Amino acid sequence: MTIENYSQNTQADWTYDPAPQSVEHVNIHDSYELFIDGKFTASKSESYRDSINPATEKTLTKVAEAGVEDVDLAVDAARHAYEGPWSQMTASERGKFLFRIARMIQERSRELAIVESLDGGKPIRESRDVDIPLAAAHFFYYAGWADKLDYAFPGRQAQSVGVAAQIIPWNFPLLMAAWKIAPALATGNTLVLKPAETTPLTAMILADIIREADLPPGVVNIVTGDGDLGKQLVRHPGIDKIAFTGSTTVGKDIMRALAGKDKRFTLELGGKAANIIFADAAIDQAIEGIVNSIFFNQGHVCCAGSRLFVEESVAKEVTQKLRERMETLIVGDPLDKNTDIGAINSIDQLKRIQSYVEIGQQEGGELYQSSCILPDTGYWHAPTLFSNVSQSHRIVQEEIFGPVLAIQTFRTVDEVIEKANNTPYGLSGGVWTDKGAKIFKVTRNIRAGVIWANTFNKFDPSSPFGGYKESGMGREGGVEGLLPYLNLTTNTR
Amino acid sequence: MKLSETKVDQIGVQERVARLQSRSIKAESKKEALTLALSMIDLTTLEGRDSPNKVRQLCYKATHLHESFPGLPHVAAICVYAPMISTAKQALQDSKVKVAAVATAFPSGMTSLETKLDEVKQAAQDGADEIDMVISRGRFLSGDFDYVAEEISRVKEACGSAHLKVILETGELVTLDNVRTASDIAMAAGADFIKTSTGKIQPAATPEVTLVMMQAIQDFYRKHGRKVGLKPAGGISKSKQAIQYLVMLRETLGQDWLHPDLFRFGASSLANDILMQVVKQNTGIYQSTSYFSLD
Repeated sequence: MTIENYSQNTQADWTYDPAPQSVEHVNIHDSYELFIDGKFTASKSESYRDSINPATEKTLTKVAEAGVEDVDLAVDAARHAYEGPWSQMTASERGKFLFRIARMIQERSRELAIVESLDGGKPIRESRDVDIPLAAAHFFYYAGWADKLDYAFPGRQAQSVGVAAQIIPWNFPLLMAAWKIAPALATGNTLVLKPAETTPLTAMILADIIREADLPPGVVNIVTGDGDLGKQLVRHPGIDKIAFTGSTTVGKDIMRALAGKDKRFTLELGGKAANIIFADAAIDQAIEGIVNSIFFNQGHVCCAGSRLFVEESVAKEVTQKLRERMETLIVGDPLDKNTDIGAINSIDQLKRIQSYVEIGQQEGGELYQSSCILPDTGYWHAPTLFSNVSQSHRIVQEEIFGPVLAIQTFRTVDEVIEKANNTPYGLSGGVWTDKGAKIFKVTRNIRAGVIWANTFNKFDPSSPFGGYKESGMGREGGVEGLLPYLNLTTNTR
Repeated sequence: MKLSETKVDQIGVQERVARLQSRSIKAESKKEALTLALSMIDLTTLEGRDSPNKVRQLCYKATHLHESFPGLPHVAAICVYAPMISTAKQALQDSKVKVAAVATAFPSGMTSLETKLDEVKQAAQDGADEIDMVISRGRFLSGDFDYVAEEISRVKEACGSAHLKVILETGELVTLDNVRTASDIAMAAGADFIKTSTGKIQPAATPEVTLVMMQAIQDFYRKHGRKVGLKPAGGISKSKQAIQYLVMLRETLGQDWLHPDLFRFGASSLANDILMQVVKQNTGIYQSTSYFSLD
C-alpha cells in the first residue's frame, strides 16, 4: 500500500464555535478547611495553599494545610468513629450510607464535573462522561457488598481492619477518592483521606456530601496538604492500613517506612504500558484505541499505553493515520464541550513532560507534534509522538505521565511479548488483533494487572485493578478490592 | 476479487460514532452547517404513484426552499425514477440542480445485467446527470464479488458522462465487514459515489455504516488518489442528525469532502426540518410546520 501525504485540512472553512460549559451554578468558596470529625475545621497551623486553575493560572481558592496536630485529630476522630458507631452499625445500615453518597454524587454531578475540570484541567467531556459517573458507580458497587461479605468469602468471617490512611493522586481526583473510600466504608473501616495538593476541590465537595449524608462524624476525615502530610499519615501510629496511589518513588518510600511494622498496605503506582497493534487488527479502530490510550486525560494516566508497538508491515500506515488523527484533536479550554485535550495539571508536571521531550530529541527520537495552537496562558502540551526509538531510550523506559507516545515496531509475537515485558512496570497493556487465539497468547504472557483486547482504558467498579512488579501491589475494584480492608478468619461455627 | 483485507471492529466503530456525536455545534458554526447541509440534499421522491406534477413541484422546491427567507442555497439534486427524468430536466433547466435517476431495477436489482444496462443507457440518454444504481446483494452475500464488481464497472461504462452512485443497501449486508468490502469493490469498479441505502429497506443509513464507508473512501484516496463521494440515504430526517453526519465527515475525510460534489444526503423530509432550524437560528422562534411547503 502506498501512502501519500494527505492533509486533513480541517483547520480551514467549517470550524466549531466555542461551546463553553456554563459555570453559573457552581459556587467555589473563598477558602476550604479540613474535614475532621464531621466538621469543617480550620488548620492548627492556620496556613493555606492556593489552588490554581491550570488552564488560566488563576487562583481558584485557598485550601487549608494540615499539620501534625491536625493529623492527630483526624486519626483520633477516625479511631473514635471506628470503635463507636461505625463498627457497631449493622452492615446493611453501612450500605445505605454508601448508596446515599452515590446518589448525591449523581445529583451534584454537573457541579462536580465543572469543579474537576477547573481545578485539574481535564476536559469537561471526560469529567462529565467518565470521572464523575465512574465515581458514583464505585460507591453503588461497594454499597451492594456491605451486607454481603459472607457471600464474597464463603466459610470465612470478614472483619474490618480499623483506621485507613488513604493518599490519592491528582489525575482522577474524585474518582480516586471513590476508589479508596467506597471499599473501606463497605467493609466497616474508618479513614483519613489526603487528596493531592493540586486538586483538592472535588474532595472538599465530597466532604460536604458526606456531611449532608449524615455519615457518623469521624468515619471519613479529609485532610489537605502536600507530600509531607502524606509522609506523616503513613508513619502515624494510629493507622492500621495505608492505601496509596501515586508514583513508584513514593511507593518505595512507603514500603521502607512500613518495613517491620504491622500495617496493611496497598500501592497503585506507575506504569509504562505496551499497546500492541498487529497487522491483522482493525486499523481505523486501533487508531482510536491509541488516541484513547495515550491522550486520554492529557496522558496523566498510570495505565496509559505510552509504549506503542506496531507490527512492521503496517507501521507506516498506522503512523500516518495516527498523525492525521492527531490533527483533529482539539486542544484548549477544558470547559469547552468540544475539547479533547485540556491543560496539563500543574507547572511542575508540564516541566517534567517538556524535559522528557527534550531528552527524547537528544536521544535521537523522531519527534512529531500536532499543529494545534496552544493558548498563551496556562499549562499546555501538544500531543506528541516519538518514532525511531528503542527499548534503551529513556522515553521508552520511564513514565512521562503526559501526552507523549513512543512508537516501536516488531515482527513476531514472541518478540513483542519480550519487549512488552522488558520494563520494571506491569500495570496495564493493550492488544489489537482480529484473531482470538493471538489475544489469548499475548495476554497470557504479558505480566500486567490489566490487559485490554481491542479496546483501552476501560474501567468498571466490578473489575479489579492493580499492578505487577514496580506498578504496585494489591487490587482495587471488584471482590478483590474488598480484601485489603478485611481480616479474614476461618469460620469455626 | 478476494475478500477485503481491511477489518472493521463494530464496537470500536460504535464508540467512535458516540464520541463524534458528543460534539457540540453552536452559534455561527451551526448556521454554516445547516446551510451546507441544505446544499447537499438530494431531494427525493421514489414512489410508484409519482406524477409529473409532483416532480415539477419538487423541482420548484429544490430552487426555492423557503421564499420568505432569501439567500438560501438550492439543493444539490433531485432524485427520481427514470420515467421522470425529462420532466425534471425541463423543470430545472435554468438551475444548477442536478437530476439523479435510480436505475438497475431499483430497489431490489433483481433482473439481468443486460436489462440493467439498457435501463442505465436510456436514463443517461434522457439526460440524467447522475445514476443511482443498486448492487446485486444476493450475489454479494453468496460471495460472488467478481460478479458484483463486473456489474458495477459495466454500469459505469453505460453511464457515459453521467456520475455513478453505487447503492450498497447496507441494511441487507448486515455486518460492517460486509459494508467495508462492498465499499472497496464499488470504488475499485469505478463508483463516483458510494451510497448507503435505497430507503426501501430498514435500517437505512446509520452513522456506523456511514463512518465505515468514510474510512473506506479515505483508504481508497490514499492508495489511488481519487476522491470518491458519499451519500447516506434514508432515515436522516432531522437537522441534528445532519449536523452529526457533517461532524463525522469533517473529522474523518476532512474539509475537502464538505462539498455537494463529494457528499450528499438522500432525504425527503430533512429539508423542511433544516429550514425550520434556519429560521429559528435567525429569528429565535420555531415556526409552525404549516409555514413550510410539503413539496
